[in-house]
Amino acid sequence: MGIDTLLLALIDGVSYAGLLFLVALGLTFIFGVVRVLNVAHGSLYAFGGYSAASMGIWFAQGSDSITLFLLAIVLGAGVVGVILGYGLTVLLHPFRDRDPIIQLLVTFGAFMVLEDVQVMIWGTQPYFVSGAVFQMGTSELLGVVFMNYQLWFIPSVALAVYVLLSWFLKHSLKGRQIIAVTHDREVATALGVNAGRIASLTFIIGATLGALGGALASPTTSLVPGVGADMIVLSFAVVATAGLGQISGALIVALMIGIARSLSVYFLPQFEVVMPYLIMMAVLLIRPQGLFTVAETRRI
Amino acid sequence: MTALLETRALSLSFGGIVAADNIDFSLQEGERLAVIGQNGAGKTTFINICTGLIKPDGGSVMFDGKIITGRSPRDIVRRGMARSFQIPQLFTEHTVRQCLELSGVARQQKLSLFSSLGKGSDGPAVDHILELVGLRERQHELCDNLPEGQRKLLDVAMSLMLRPRLLIMDEPTSGVSTEEKHDLMEVLMDALEEQKTTSIFVEHDVDIVKRYASRVAAWISGAVAADGAPDTVLADPTIQREILGI
Amino acid sequence: MKKRLLIAGIVFIAVLGLSAELPWVRVPMIMALVYGTAALGVVVLLRAGQISFGHAMYMLISGYTVAFLSQAYPGADGIVLVLAGTGVSLVTGMILGLFLVRYRGIFFGMLNLAISMVIFTIVTKFYGLTGGSDGMRIPRPSLFGIDMDRAGYEATLLVILLVLAIVLIFSVQQFFRSSAGQAMASIKTNEDRLEYLGVSAKKLLWQGYALSAALCGLAGAFYGLSQGLVTPEAGYWLKSGELVFMSILGGSVHAAGVFVAALLFEFVKVYASTLMGGAWQLVLGVSLIAIIYFLPGGITSLFRKKRKTLEVRS
Repeated sequence: MGIDTLLLALIDGVSYAGLLFLVALGLTFIFGVVRVLNVAHGSLYAFGGYSAASMGIWFAQGSDSITLFLLAIVLGAGVVGVILGYGLTVLLHPFRDRDPIIQLLVTFGAFMVLEDVQVMIWGTQPYFVSGAVFQMGTSELLGVVFMNYQLWFIPSVALAVYVLLSWFLKHSLKGRQIIAVTHDREVATALGVNAGRIASLTFIIGATLGALGGALASPTTSLVPGVGADMIVLSFAVVATAGLGQISGALIVALMIGIARSLSVYFLPQFEVVMPYLIMMAVLLIRPQGLFTVAETRRI
Repeated sequence: MTALLETRALSLSFGGIVAADNIDFSLQEGERLAVIGQNGAGKTTFINICTGLIKPDGGSVMFDGKIITGRSPRDIVRRGMARSFQIPQLFTEHTVRQCLELSGVARQQKLSLFSSLGKGSDGPAVDHILELVGLRERQHELCDNLPEGQRKLLDVAMSLMLRPRLLIMDEPTSGVSTEEKHDLMEVLMDALEEQKTTSIFVEHDVDIVKRYASRVAAWISGAVAADGAPDTVLADPTIQREILGI
Repeated sequence: MKKRLLIAGIVFIAVLGLSAELPWVRVPMIMALVYGTAALGVVVLLRAGQISFGHAMYMLISGYTVAFLSQAYPGADGIVLVLAGTGVSLVTGMILGLFLVRYRGIFFGMLNLAISMVIFTIVTKFYGLTGGSDGMRIPRPSLFGIDMDRAGYEATLLVILLVLAIVLIFSVQQFFRSSAGQAMASIKTNEDRLEYLGVSAKKLLWQGYALSAALCGLAGAFYGLSQGLVTPEAGYWLKSGELVFMSILGGSVHAAGVFVAALLFEFVKVYASTLMGGAWQLVLGVSLIAIIYFLPGGITSLFRKKRKTLEVRS
């Protein structure tokens, strides 16, 4: 296998990792702050995708404008993120003092509900709205043609989101309040932080991120029922391997999984889909708290 | 006569703190040893090493002449050294009786997959211990509902069900009101006497120490500063200054 | 004890009578009993305070074992197939359990999920061997040596599963009362104390895990036999989630609860298809949330008298 193939695998992997990171980010962010594993995150991905597709059909139909295309994506993600994000906060509020496993089951219930709502709104026929993605052009590298959208646009968005979120958390007031609540909810509340509002904000941000992942993926994938279920377990693999709540860790693991996956396409094609879960299993067996969590595990 | 419990050159440090400073110690069968010292002096560390919770950096622990350093708590318990805890460790979703029954079947290592807990455990032994520690009336209550003093009693009772040769009690009277302390210790000492169990108890209350201990070991900065008869140790000026605050 | 036998007897006759009168009840009833058995496996672990998010994999393993064997040995009797499938799941569970019992809480849940997804993706991808996402057919075998038509076959499966369910409910409930069962339950509240009583918590949990794998394997084999088909979907994380759902719904107080939950689950699925245009997930999702809110101990907690003293005696 030549250097060329290796480089191609790397490029392919990074591109895939960008999308994976975006979706996993929302999940790990929410867990990090409010300690809830949001199973409905898969629905956010799906709804984001469908929503962006619908927006695209609605006001960008037939148009070649990249701006309208991007607007559809952002709007689709935003609307879904705010509505469902807030909705989930309200749903989880009565359960806020219960065992985290219970909260997880509540989000599982929400996921089941949303799966049917999704079918009610958009039906079961595949949605494929490519929009102006082709307008972004292609690039040829090492003899292979890549779509610019997948090659550098999505990874750039992922990176930008990561930088923005990190900046927001460290330098804005709301961001620092979120960090305070993450570290110690009670103390933060005693210091005047409205933990409830922070929880809502966290959910909305996390939900929007998940929806954004779906929205960005929609021009290149076919949206069908079940796409959310596949994505949630995949992003969960990223999150668990990195360590629940580890944002930077998620970026690194997404890259790891993305590259491992595309490398396996060349070496062990059958294992391409197995890779993420194999990695998750291997890491969890050795380091159950994830690669980047510092605290000690409760392990006998 | 071989010492029941013996440590040689036991050492442990972490984070720059010397928790156990080359401790040579031996305990004979039948003794009632009180361990005193300030918080952080290394008493709990010593106990945790002896009972297998922590591994020492160096040195050895021997129980009944056999080396037990580095063995698991489970292994050490099976050899005859049990402990009770400062914060009572109970099975909070089980009743008082069930906690004792579980201890009973644990001792017998007879964990049947089919016969009921009540039938499989040694009923008379459980009844006897319940009577001994005065928990017979409340035996069918969830142990989580008991007041602190009775929770401590149950914790020790569970360890007693194991009929250990040595029972180490970590602050058995802490959290218990002053009036109840003596009642508690009377009951415990009677039970220990009956089973011929050697005991070590970590204790802060000087009156309790004076009344119930046959020997006192005082810990300062990870080492045994004084060791002997209660009157002697408690009258020692260093001990009085460092530990008793006199 | 007599009262319980009586209740069991009544339920048995009721179900049989219903299935005889209303043929459409049979398949949902079979599925309810199958899922109830599998979810019972999850309940066993729940008693120890652990939740596995991957137990559908044992249904998958058993189902495919049955499929492979029925292809390799076309004349094999259904009962033999069931025993084989259950056996393979049991052994797999015993082996995986050796590692898995070292983990607790969310890590235990996640590892089971990871392993189940590895198995799922492998089965899906190895098209040549397993038929990929199309699955493998399981032609109708003889039962107890007798070949039957569709109706007879279904009726026999139903009776077998019903008897099995009753036997399992009594046995597992007795296991919960046993010293091993009670000791395993104490892992939930104070595992360290168990160790300090000289008992290996890991060994107890391993026993429970092996039992849970066997139960899911048993269910998986019957699943394959009744459907005539096994697909990778049988081991997908959603299926594991449904099993957890049923076990929480039923509660871990009594083994019968999970069968009631599975029954409700199946029938909502069937009814929703006809009445609500198929939005069964919506109905179940809402019910799950409602039950969690109003009945945190599951359905069976309704039947437990609110006696503080004897609440734990089961």
